[in-house]
Amino acid sequence: MTRLEPTAAAAPHSPDRDEVVLALDALDTLWLQVGGTLCNLACRHCFISCGPRNDSHAFMDVAAAAAALRDAEARGVKDIYFTGGEPFLHPQIRELIDLALAVGPLTILTNGMLIDAAMAAWLRERFDASRYSLELRVSLDGTSARSNDPVRGRGTFTAIVEALQRLAAVGLSPVVTVTEVDGVDAGSRERFAQLLRDAGLRQPRLKFLAPFRIGREARRGRPYDPSERLTHEAVDAQGLAALQCASSRMVTARGVWPCPILIDDDGARLGDALGDGLRPIALRSPACHTCYVEGVTCRT
Amino acid sequence: MSNVSGRTTTDRASARVAIFGGVYNNHVSLAAVIRDARERGATELYCLGDMGGFGPSPDRVFPLLRDAGVVCVQGNYDHSVGNDLDDCACGYTDPRDNAFAQISYDYTVARTSDANKAWLRALPPSIRREWGGRRVLLAHGSPRRTNEFLWESATSDAFLRRLLDDHDADALFVTHTGIHWTRELDDCRVVVNVGAIGRPANDGRTEVWYSLVDVDSEAGSLRAAHVPVAYDHESLAREMLEEGLPDEFVETILTGWWTTCLEILPAKERTRGRY
Ligand code: SF4
Ligand code: SF4
Ligand SMILES: [Fe+2]
Repeated sequence: MTRLEPTAAAAPHSPDRDEVVLALDALDTLWLQVGGTLCNLACRHCFISCGPRNDSHAFMDVAAAAAALRDAEARGVKDIYFTGGEPFLHPQIRELIDLALAVGPLTILTNGMLIDAAMAAWLRERFDASRYSLELRVSLDGTSARSNDPVRGRGTFTAIVEALQRLAAVGLSPVVTVTEVDGVDAGSRERFAQLLRDAGLRQPRLKFLAPFRIGREARRGRPYDPSERLTHEAVDAQGLAALQCASSRMVTARGVWPCPILIDDDGARLGDALGDGLRPIALRSPACHTCYVEGVTCRT
Repeated sequence: MSNVSGRTTTDRASARVAIFGGVYNNHVSLAAVIRDARERGATELYCLGDMGGFGPSPDRVFPLLRDAGVVCVQGNYDHSVGNDLDDCACGYTDPRDNAFAQISYDYTVARTSDANKAWLRALPPSIRREWGGRRVLLAHGSPRRTNEFLWESATSDAFLRRLLDDHDADALFVTHTGIHWTRELDDCRVVVNVGAIGRPANDGRTEVWYSLVDVDSEAGSLRAAHVPVAYDHESLAREMLEEGLPDEFVETILTGWWTTCLEILPAKERTRGRY
């Protein structure tokens, strides 16, 4: 059950009167920032400004990930997500994947480029061996180098399509995630689907996401307008219950956050270990506006 | 334990119960499943909801359910149709999936009588029983949310244990996804998705699936089995074409492969299918 807490009740940082506060209904989803903020790319729309030298969140060590997974399992977690940065930069990514798949279904958000043929074959083997689903979500932001590369970096279109081909070659069918930056229109879905079929994916799967106007995206696109905030008048219980932070938490090498979007915001940090981070949260980030108004969830 | 069955199941040393869901207007398979269950000795029949959608002639399933004394749970579709809502609350995001879902929903709402809508409206969201000393919960999607999907590959043991704890149950039966599975947990509790009888299970077979549960009161045990039922699917396909329903739906009935609403399938279930 999701409820609007009375003001000042159990909220992390003595919210002012207008702040919308959301209690955790249950821990359905555990996010692990296994790749930290380290990434082989430095996309211009990255809302947590990841890159090769951004170690504000380091790789998660295996013991910390295992502890969070154990705790989440005891709380009845339904599924697990890995993100970064780039999870496949992590030197122990295989061990982390096996740990997660022992607990439940796992989705990995990746740019795909580091999945070489050997890794693709290993992922397929794990896909078959696990009784839970192993999902890959590969980000791509255009159907040509001309539309993708200005956002994700020179040469990335070709590199990502080649990664999709390697996954297709072993029979894996990733979900391709498209951030709706400039140039995404009504015909985009079919153009992307055709691109994926051409890459050898017999079941094209797509997810479109609105951009979060924080981090680097605030400079590439535009920052939030001060009017873009959640207020009590603007929300209802049903809409709040649908927010991913009503049923998930993010654990990084530096502690617990409400969601993958706000890990750059130290004011949103909830504690050291998962158990410290289950209290209600104040939806005070302008990014919360995007989640609520656009119905965005980082889940598949 | 509230609402314990007053019927014969709990009074005898052993008994057999049939549980099915996802009728989707398929009156031909519904009749076949009721017949099959009776022939196999089932003394009680339960339907976990979603009477409408997909198939032809919605009003034809209701007399079959009532005449056979099937005890029914309300699905998301039943709630929507019963209350004349705008859509089926399946929550698709892909525009193609939504377009197909809306075709069957609009077709079903327009052809379901007011009396049957009232009947759907009055169905309970869950039913409790005690079989062989086990606390049994019958629900549609999950006991906490009618339209929550419990797919085999996307539902952890930990989550199922939490559901059973939160809802005071030793055995849980659900439908809503259309693909059947059984999970026996290490503490002797069990969760069964009975699948759907209205369309095949995306496995390239034209049969539909329901569950038979053997209750052994002396041993205090429940044993559930998934049962495939062949029916005259070609006559259903003809009726769907006469009713002007999409070729894509007819293809599913004739081939056993799903053609629409695929986005909700987790990776494992999706990869097994043709589309
Ligand atoms: S958007 Fe993804 S791939 Fe791009 S820099 Fe950020 S984390 Fe890396
Ligand atoms: S950004 Fe979205 S997911 Fe994160 S706390 Fe705000 S509403 Fe919740
Ligand atoms: Fe349903």
